[in-house]
Amino acid sequence: MIQLSQDLIQRYHDLIETLGPETLKAMLQEMHLIRAFEERAEQLYMQGKVHGTMHLSIGQEATAVGAANAMQEGDYLLNHHRGHGHCMAWGSDPNRMMAEFMGKETGYCRGRGGSMHIADVDANNLGANGIVAGGIPIAVGVGLSIKMRRTSQVCLVIFGDGAANEGAFHEALNMASIWALPIVFLCENNQYAMSMPVQKAFNIENISQRAAAYGLPGVTVDGNDPLAVYTAVSEAAARARRGEGATLVEAKTYRYKGHSKSDKQAYRSREEVRFWQENRDPIMRFSQLLLTAGLISEAEAAQMRERAIAIIDEAVAFSEASPAPDVADIMDGVYA
Amino acid sequence: MPELRELTYAEALREGLRQLMEEDERVFLIGEDIGVYGGAFGVTAGLIERFGAERVIDTPISEAGIAGACIGAALTGMRPIGEIQFMDFVTLSMEQLVLQAAKVRFMFGGKASVPMVLRMPGGSGTGAAAQHSESLENWFVHVPGLKVVMPSTPYDAKGLLRAAVLDDNPVIFVEHKLLYKTKGHVPEAPYVVPLSQTKVVREGAHLTVVATSVMVGRALQAAEQLAEEGIQLEVIDPRTLKPLDDAPIIESVKKTGRALVVHEAVEMGGFGGEVVARIAASEAFDYLEAPIRRLAGLDIPIPYNRELEYHTVPQVESIVREARKLVRGEY
Repeated sequence: MIQLSQDLIQRYHDLIETLGPETLKAMLQEMHLIRAFEERAEQLYMQGKVHGTMHLSIGQEATAVGAANAMQEGDYLLNHHRGHGHCMAWGSDPNRMMAEFMGKETGYCRGRGGSMHIADVDANNLGANGIVAGGIPIAVGVGLSIKMRRTSQVCLVIFGDGAANEGAFHEALNMASIWALPIVFLCENNQYAMSMPVQKAFNIENISQRAAAYGLPGVTVDGNDPLAVYTAVSEAAARARRGEGATLVEAKTYRYKGHSKSDKQAYRSREEVRFWQENRDPIMRFSQLLLTAGLISEAEAAQMRERAIAIIDEAVAFSEASPAPDVADIMDGVYA
Repeated sequence: MPELRELTYAEALREGLRQLMEEDERVFLIGEDIGVYGGAFGVTAGLIERFGAERVIDTPISEAGIAGACIGAALTGMRPIGEIQFMDFVTLSMEQLVLQAAKVRFMFGGKASVPMVLRMPGGSGTGAAAQHSESLENWFVHVPGLKVVMPSTPYDAKGLLRAAVLDDNPVIFVEHKLLYKTKGHVPEAPYVVPLSQTKVVREGAHLTVVATSVMVGRALQAAEQLAEEGIQLEVIDPRTLKPLDDAPIIESVKKTGRALVVHEAVEMGGFGGEVVARIAASEAFDYLEAPIRRLAGLDIPIPYNRELEYHTVPQVESIVREARKLVRGEY
C-alpha cells in the first residue's frame, strides 16, 4: 500500500481546505468516470462494436482532472489524440462522447470525428488532435485572440512527450513567449511516444527544462497526483491571467495500455507496467488521500466506481440507441 | 468622362487590407517582415504605422506558427490575414493548413469555422531560382475544406481579397510576384468580387483559353496577336480555383469547340488536368473539334539562368503557337 498519504495531507493541508470536500470528491469521481469510460471503450472495441482506433488514457486520469479543474469557465482547451480524459474532465457529456466514439449522429461531432477528434466547441473545448503537436501552434492563435479581444481567458493546450520533439512545439513556445500570450502548455509525459521511451528521445532530465530556452517558466510535477497538477496549472493560469504570459508545465505520468489497439508493447516490461499500477496508480492514491483525510468513507469510495460504471452503462445505451449518420448528409460541414 | 483611377496590384491589395482593417477590428495581419519592412514585396507598407504593431504582427521565421496562429485566432472570433513571404515557404505550414485549418470544421461535425486568409506570392520570372518561385496552388486545390483564389488583375485582387476575408472558410490567396507592379482600374470604395465566379475576360469564337494568374495577361496578349491573323481567342480566368465555377468554361467550349488550359505550375498533376477533365466529361465533349490541350510549366524545378527560367513556363509566344495549331488543326 501507499504510505504517502500523511505526508500528502501535510503538504496539501491548505489546498484541501481551499478546495473543500465537495470539489475533492468530484475530482475523484471524475477520475473514476474517465477510467470507466476508457475500460468500456476497450471492451466495446474487443466486442467489435467500434470500427476505428482509440488511444486509452488509463493511468493518466490525474493529469486530466487536475488540469481541467484548475481552469475557469470561458477558458479554452486544446488537447491530443489520447484525449477522452481531458474532454471528460472539461465537463463533456459522457453520452455524447460515447456516441461520438461509436460513430453516431448524436456524438459531439456527429460521428465525423471519432475518438481522436472529440470537441465541444460550445464549451470552448477546441478539440482533440490526431496530429502530434498539431494543437500547439493553434494555441498561439487562441492566445493572440484572447489578448486582442482583451478578455481574461486562458488557453490550456495539452500534448504528449512526443510532441515536444516536433518543430511546431519550438515555434509555438517561442511565439507565446515573445508576445506574452495567456497559454498554459501542459506536456503530459507518459514516458513513451508510441514505442520511443523519453530516455531515448531526450537528452535532458525534464522536458520542462526546455522552457528556459524560450524564456518561459517551466515546472515538472507528478502527473499521477491531481493536486500537484492542479497546483501547477492553477499557478500557470493565474500568471497568464495577470498578463505575465505562458508557462510550460510537465506532468509525469504513465499509460497502462498500449499506444493504440494494435500495440504488443514489446518496448517495455510487464513488471514496469505493474510497478506503476501497484505503486503509483492515481485513483488509488487520491482515494487513499481522501480516506486518510476523512473526506470519504470506504463505502463512498467503492460507490464512486459503481456510479461511474452506471453512468457509462447509460452512455453506451444512449449511443447504441442513437441513429447512425445519414449517408445523404455526407457532404455536410466541409465548408461554412 | 473622368479618368478611371489606376492602382498597381500591390496597391490594390494594400488598400483592400486597409479598408478591411478599418471596418472590422477583428481583422489583423500576421507574417514575416510585414511591419516596418512593409512585406518582402511591399504589400503591407505603411499599415503598421496606421494600425500599430498589435494588428500588424511581425513574426519570427515560423511558418507553421503563422498558420497555427491564424487558425487559433479564427476559431475564437478573429479574422486573421496571414502572409507567407514566398509561396515556397508554405511547405513549412502544410500540416497546419491541410490537417487542421481545412478539416476542423468537418471533424467537429460542422460546429467550428476557420475564417482565415493566407496570402502568398507564387510564380517565377524574378531570377529567384527553385526555392523562391514555386506555383503550388494545386496542392491546396486537392484539399477539401480549403478555398483557393488566384487574382490576375489589380481589380480582382482587391475585390477577391474582400470576398476571401468575409468568407467563413480558410482561403489560400495566391498572388504573383510579376503582377505586383501591373496597373489597372481599381475603384476606391470597397467592393467584392465573389468567390467561385469564373470570368470571361475576352470573347472569341475559335478557341477557349483558360488561364490563371499571370497567364491571363499573357493569354490576352496572345489573343491580340492572333486577332491580326483572324484567330479569335476566348480568354477565361477562373479566379477561384476551388470551389471551381466550371459552367462558363463548358459554355465557352460549346461555342468554340476547342480548349487550351494555360498555367505556370508544372503540367503533371496541375490544375489544368482538372479543367480538361471537366470539359471532357461535360456536354461540351460533343462540340469538340480538336483535342483539349494544356500548356504549363515544364516538369523541372525553376532554373536560375534567365533564358532557362523563361523557357520553363508558358510565354506569349508559346501560347500563340499552341493556339494557332489547335485552331488550324495542326496538332
